[in-house]
Amino acid sequence: MPKTYSNPVFPYRRSPDQDGGGAHHPVVIVGAGLVGLAAAVDLAQRGVATVVLDDDETVSFGSRAICFSKRTLEICDRLGVGRPMLDKGITWNVGRVFFGERQVYDFDLLPERGHQFPAFVNLQQYYAEEWLVRRAEETGLVDLRWKNRVTAVEAHDEGVTLQVETPDGPYPLACDWLLAADGAKSFVRTALGLDFKGQIFQDRFLIADVVMKADFPTERWFWFDPPFHKGQSALLHKQPDDVWRIDLQLGWDADPNEEKKPEKVIPRLKAMLGEEAEFDLEWISVYTFQCRRLDRFRHGRVLFVGDAAHQVSPFGARGGNGGLQDTDNLCWKLAYVLQGAAPESLLDSYDAERVPATDENILNSTRSTDFITPKNAASRAFRDAVLELSESQAFARSWVNSGRLSKPAVLSGSALNSTAGAGAALPDAPLLKAGEAAWLLPQLGEGFTLMIYGGEGLDTIALSDDRVPIRTLRITSAQEPTIGDALVDADGLVAERLDLAPGQWLLVRPDQHIAARGDSVDLERVRAARDRALGKTTEAPQTARLAG
Amino acid sequence: MAKLKTDPRIADPDGLYEAIIEAHRDLGEAEGQKLDAKLILLLANHIGDAEVVREALAIARDTTEAGPETA
Ligand SMILES: Cc1cc2nc3c(=O)[nH]c(=O)nc-3n(C[C@H](O)[C@H](O)[C@H](O)COP(=O)(O)OP(=O)(O)OC[C@H]3O[C@@H](n4cnc5c(N)ncnc54)[C@H](O)[C@@H]3O)c2cc1C
Repeated sequence: MPKTYSNPVFPYRRSPDQDGGGAHHPVVIVGAGLVGLAAAVDLAQRGVATVVLDDDETVSFGSRAICFSKRTLEICDRLGVGRPMLDKGITWNVGRVFFGERQVYDFDLLPERGHQFPAFVNLQQYYAEEWLVRRAEETGLVDLRWKNRVTAVEAHDEGVTLQVETPDGPYPLACDWLLAADGAKSFVRTALGLDFKGQIFQDRFLIADVVMKADFPTERWFWFDPPFHKGQSALLHKQPDDVWRIDLQLGWDADPNEEKKPEKVIPRLKAMLGEEAEFDLEWISVYTFQCRRLDRFRHGRVLFVGDAAHQVSPFGARGGNGGLQDTDNLCWKLAYVLQGAAPESLLDSYDAERVPATDENILNSTRSTDFITPKNAASRAFRDAVLELSESQAFARSWVNSGRLSKPAVLSGSALNSTAGAGAALPDAPLLKAGEAAWLLPQLGEGFTLMIYGGEGLDTIALSDDRVPIRTLRITSAQEPTIGDALVDADGLVAERLDLAPGQWLLVRPDQHIAARGDSVDLERVRAARDRALGKTTEAPQTARLAG
Repeated sequence: MAKLKTDPRIADPDGLYEAIIEAHRDLGEAEGQKLDAKLILLLANHIGDAEVVREALAIARDTTEAGPETA
């Protein structure tokens, strides 16, 4: 049905591994979806070769994720696909909220000055995946095997063995580490007999992408209890290619197969968009949403990422955005473990950091779902009270919850942090590099970075010769004389956003999260903080997990 | 640490009580519930300290027994 996009077909290729001989690889990734592909690229950029198995031969069919957050764009920028996502994606600022017959309010998310990426863009998931495939191929370290379905998994203490089904028949494969990125219905998870616990929302949603022929504003419209769809909710959101995403709540009793029929869908959409609106159906699907997760994301040599590890309802766009934070968190750790530069136990911190982050996502999307679908008379009374008040009372607008957009997790309770004030992803900021406008985050590179505010001070060159090197990045304030090709905080936004005064420093992890901060640079303290972030410290972790 | 003031503070309790009841007149059960909800939201925002509201909530809940219709 899609007309604006035709799925690329990635041909199945026979691998030498299929000719017998017990192939063994350090890392195998199951699933070339958004998250598996991001993991492959991330690991490749760290010099780690992977084999990626996918049972299909193309990217996501139909759009699914459309909202990509700022943090996702920053992560994707590090992976080499952030720019095209921004360029192709739709940046919207105006939102309208309707309740019943009336618009109760609108808002304008005036973009804050000095950010490379907006709070989010709307983009069809298949574009992001297609670009990641291209990027993966470019690295030369990703062996992408389409039409390779994993049909058996055996986990051992020292590795994992797989059975893979292909058009040429099955073959066995063994690896030291397995990344399970095989989506919400994860075969790996089922094969290992792991529980996937949580809540299924007793509701159904019709998700339709339509191509609109006439102009329609680039805004997000959300209806509670609209006249064209009594008692339910509706969302209209713009994507590139003149495609509009429409979410219609259907209720639990709706018959998904009936609801998907064009003769059923078209009248509903006409009621919403107006009788005269001309549109083509691009894609239709009916979903039941759920919030659930694995108890642990690391199971020995098997590491679960993305929807295979956790599933959230789409309110607040936390599925794909959360999944990309998983791989962002995991890949550098796995790379150091593979190099022998960090103990295997570092991988437990993936679990300890991403489980609370997942709980935060689940909490947020559950709250949104409860607001959108009140469960009883009292919750409906409060929901409607908020909406009615919001028309005249600005304060009530902050209580309206049609999805809270994904913010990066703050790993504040992590055992990898050495000091207070660590855990957050480094905020981006504009600066001058050799006199030219540039951004802070792309200066960080793939390893640990010591950021020092203020040009002068201790020689830190020795740190770059360590087994796990630490690069130094000096940023001078606009008041200081510029030395060489130093980075200059011309607008003062680096100091402001990172809360840095002259002489102070930050140690930034390879995933751009802050590991430690300090007042004056002391090489041994910096090294100790790095070692702690590598999981080398034998002391008991301060607080292994954040409370949900 | 209790932040919620629970000593008598309203000069004319009968008058305010009457006004609250009066506001519900002519309203059905659902509308009445919505009115109460708005009142709570307005007052909570006025108080501006979630701790205080949570304390009030705890007292309200503790002094309310689940009825027979509660599952
Ligand atoms: C309607 C809808 C709207 C959404 N909107 C948003 C949004 O706006 N923002 C957002 O961030 N998220 C959103 N999401 C969630 C997002 O789509 C998912 O979180 C994301 O796709 C997860 O990526 P993944 O790589 O973990 O899994 P998937 O994308 O599901 O990829 C799994 C891959 O594994 C392969 N696979 C499965 N089994 C096997 C096997 N046995 N062997 C080999 N390969 C296998 C599959 O073919 C697939 O390619 C939305 C989801 C839906 C349904």
